[in-house]
Amino acid sequence: MTTISTIEEQKVWKLLESVYDPEVPVLTVLDLGIIRKLAVVEGRVFITITPTYSGCPAMDVISMQIRMALWQNGFQEVEIHTELSPAWTTDWMTEAGRKKLQAYGIAPPQYRKNKFHTPSFFEEEDTPVCCPRCQSTNTQLVSQFGSTACKALYQCLDCHEPFDYFKCH
Amino acid sequence: MIAQLNNQYFTTLSQPLVQYLLHLADTTLILGHRNSEWCGHGPILEQDIAISNIALDLIGQARMFYQYAAEKAQQPGATDITEDSLAYLRDGIDFKNLLLAEQQNGDWAITILRQFLYSSWQYLVYEQMQQGTDVQMAAIAEKAIKETTYHIKWSGEWVIRLGDGTEESHKRMLHAIEVLWPFTGEMFTPVDFEKEGIQQGWAVDVASLQQPWLQRIQQAFDEAGLSVPQSQWQQTGGKKGVHTELLGFLLAEMQHLQRAYPGSEW
Repeated sequence: MTTISTIEEQKVWKLLESVYDPEVPVLTVLDLGIIRKLAVVEGRVFITITPTYSGCPAMDVISMQIRMALWQNGFQEVEIHTELSPAWTTDWMTEAGRKKLQAYGIAPPQYRKNKFHTPSFFEEEDTPVCCPRCQSTNTQLVSQFGSTACKALYQCLDCHEPFDYFKCH
Repeated sequence: MIAQLNNQYFTTLSQPLVQYLLHLADTTLILGHRNSEWCGHGPILEQDIAISNIALDLIGQARMFYQYAAEKAQQPGATDITEDSLAYLRDGIDFKNLLLAEQQNGDWAITILRQFLYSSWQYLVYEQMQQGTDVQMAAIAEKAIKETTYHIKWSGEWVIRLGDGTEESHKRMLHAIEVLWPFTGEMFTPVDFEKEGIQQGWAVDVASLQQPWLQRIQQAFDEAGLSVPQSQWQQTGGKKGVHTELLGFLLAEMQHLQRAYPGSEW
């Protein structure tokens, strides 16, 4: 990442705050932590993004929306490059993003304590997942896979509401 | 156009590295497609969603390998080899997927055991691939192994749940093992393009994965009250393009749109 950002680069960063994840519409691309590099050279914008999940259909839409947002604000030439390594992790999600998820009714991902490993069968998260509605930690996993690749299904055993958990990745 | 493509396939697609990438891409695509056949038919909503999510992960991984294969196979200045042409315009004999991936879904026991046997292998492959000499393959592996971890956990839990479940579910698991086990040996038997890649450091030495794989399967089977078959005849050929008759039916459906309306897009 460049250390000295130009006024134009700061403008682009600002514009990215208006680009939301189409599947989790409260999170911006900056909240997700998928923008890895950004540079503006002689009016041309170079952006490096990293995919969240290999098959996530939102990635193509996100690239398109970034282009749209920049075009509408005078940046005609935009090059978006995809970089796989280092692999995206939910640890890169911002604190602001986590708060927005919680308010939206999705339990935010926990931080990874250790290196990614294969959990034992039937083992759940290291610490209990907190219900986004009543804050109870008396919750249980319903399914490891939810409505999108990035979420798992949980249920609160106190308020009985089912909810999504943005799983660790 | 297809004739021209086929001509070029004989030249550029025969490089060992490209063959290897196609083997990885084809296997994940075909298994992804098989899993996608469950979409709307899963036993309960949550599991329908789970298997469809796994299908999506696998197809996403296949895309990364196809894109890289296309980049490696492309003649300078040409643009006709793409991830789509590789997936939709090759014939069964050109597909290098593992036979295990193309096996029919059967009942839930067969589907989840197929996933468990495969994901346990894929995890070890990705683990070793991250240490390989090819930077792009290492990057794909680093990304994909996280998804595979969830697939092993999910399918392994189902193996235990069904194996250690009712008399009926146990019986179904025994049947699933009988059906699928003959297709597992191929995962650990390198063919020519792999042998060359192992020497050059960009292919995974699959023979070395057999013991750790067997240990993982054994561990889950122990918990499930199932046993690993001792010795059984093994069917090979997928990596050389010699498939069971099931692949042709799968491709007929999967490739129909591009064959009937070449170049059509969403």
